[in-house]
Amino acid sequence: MSLLGLVWANLFRKRTRTVLTLLSVMIAFLLFALLQAVSVAFDGGVEVDGTNRLVVGGKYSQIDQLPYSQKQQILSLDGVDKITHTSWFGGEYQDPKNFFAKFPVDPESYFEVYSELDLEPAGALERFARERTAAVVDISLAQEYGWEVGDVIPIQGTIYPKNDGTRLWEFELVGTFSENGEGSDFPLFLFHFEYFNEATLFGADQVGNWTLTIDDVERADEIANQIDALFENSSDPTRTTTEDEANRQFARQLGDMGFITTMIMSAVFFTIILLTGNTMSQALRERIPELAVLKTLGFTDSTVLFLVLGEALILCVLGGALGAGLAMFMGPGMSAALEGVFGSFEVTPDIFVIALGLSAAVGLLIGLLPALTAQRLAIVDAFRRG
Amino acid sequence: MTAAVVCRGLEKTYVKGREQVPVLTGINLEIEQGDFLALMGPSGSGKTTLLNLIGGLDHPTGGEIEVEGQSLGGMSNKALARWRSENVGFIFQFYNLLPVLNAQRNVELPLLLTKLSRKQRQANAETALEIVGLADRARHKPGELSGGQQQRVAIARALVADPRLMVCDEPTGDLDRDTADEILELLQMLNADHGKTIIMVTHDPRAADHAKRTLHMDKGKLVTAGALA
Repeated sequence: MSLLGLVWANLFRKRTRTVLTLLSVMIAFLLFALLQAVSVAFDGGVEVDGTNRLVVGGKYSQIDQLPYSQKQQILSLDGVDKITHTSWFGGEYQDPKNFFAKFPVDPESYFEVYSELDLEPAGALERFARERTAAVVDISLAQEYGWEVGDVIPIQGTIYPKNDGTRLWEFELVGTFSENGEGSDFPLFLFHFEYFNEATLFGADQVGNWTLTIDDVERADEIANQIDALFENSSDPTRTTTEDEANRQFARQLGDMGFITTMIMSAVFFTIILLTGNTMSQALRERIPELAVLKTLGFTDSTVLFLVLGEALILCVLGGALGAGLAMFMGPGMSAALEGVFGSFEVTPDIFVIALGLSAAVGLLIGLLPALTAQRLAIVDAFRRG
Repeated sequence: MTAAVVCRGLEKTYVKGREQVPVLTGINLEIEQGDFLALMGPSGSGKTTLLNLIGGLDHPTGGEIEVEGQSLGGMSNKALARWRSENVGFIFQFYNLLPVLNAQRNVELPLLLTKLSRKQRQANAETALEIVGLADRARHKPGELSGGQQQRVAIARALVADPRLMVCDEPTGDLDRDTADEILELLQMLNADHGKTIIMVTHDPRAADHAKRTLHMDKGKLVTAGALA
């Protein structure tokens, strides 16, 4: 037997109570790890390469459409290099669960602005620009749905019906795009804006956002202010931000996941700390004479403190490791189910390490008061109370 | 021969609220090495308090106390803990074994504070259990042992670190007569064969008969011969 063995034996003195407490800690950290992965997935979706890109959207809401006529006015501003646009099309592919974003775009300007994207096969951009019903997709989408160049992909227009009264939009896949050979966490389906503009029942000559490149990153604020000032008194005022911020705002439309995660976990940990802390205190009260015996045998006050603290630490760290470990085990399955919603959902080793650190902190917090009580215990008083 | 225990003018006063309650007043006592002393007296006479002071479980309010030539008066709690682990074995009325550990591990507890290897600790614990006649119950937990067997385990725990002094607080108070006699004979054997100095608090005159000498206490004072002049 060792001191650790003594801690372990004491921890399981009431097996049922300890197992139930362990389960509650484990579930708390399972929740933590999964929610943390969700939060990271949301944040991960807004990491972009283009630091020289600005996004112009409606001032009051991201669903406000902007007139196509703004394009030339923005382009005429000093410092603006290239401009393209995107619009939220909605739409469903076969099943509402098959979620991915579909944007009508101007092919040439889009791939000029997003120059980090590589289109394949050769000549795909020319075909995309030339053929009105052409579409290109992120390589990860093509892989997920087994699409190949030449396939006709039917999309039901959930927001935009066609002006012939039907809702079926059909596109021919002419290429796939990727960045350094890898698909995006937020994969896109891009089709020709002119096709959309001509065929839609409403919403023609409007775009959702302008995305533009600027010559000088240092002038980003200045140019953004100029654009917003330009349309301030028009019927379509704008709000211009960096692309990074725009994407973050987009993610926030679904809720501030960081805040939601923090609130849920605060409630969970508050409950866990109260419950486990109460359990530890109760376990300590039951063992006052035994702690006095240990001190009688020569265990110092500090050793007794560490023995009691060790129990809380082991309980919480074990629960944390089991919970976060289970989350990692569940991660791949959940990732497959949630990929379309969250982009990349993964319980990473970083989350596991954070969970371990947090569980140790919770263990210290829970164990500190009982441990200090045990440390201060006077032998004679303890025997008298026992 | 060096005295095992020397008390000079030993005093202990407890404070209850604003009231000061003197429990020991001016105890003068000398106990020789290898003695087996029974301390008797009515409840509240200060027997256990004196035993606690000799065993280094509590600090005196006044006077001096020396055990095995070492003054305990000025020792810190930490130093006192270390001193106890090396010099004193404790036996209680209600055995005070840890219910989560089996007999061998209970006996091994004091050795966790030493630098002995795991094998050595186990071997010493087995030897101590053999001395008290419980080698065959080493894997049993306290709840699976009778009162007498539990007290034997407690005695094995008290002697496993080979202290020269053993202090016993009513060691037979929770046992029937026959079992009590067995325990007392075991203590006699440890005193006679292993040279342990034993101080035993008891209410029972028959238990005291097993000691080499008996001192009586009343109202915080020694009332019979044996005290220092």
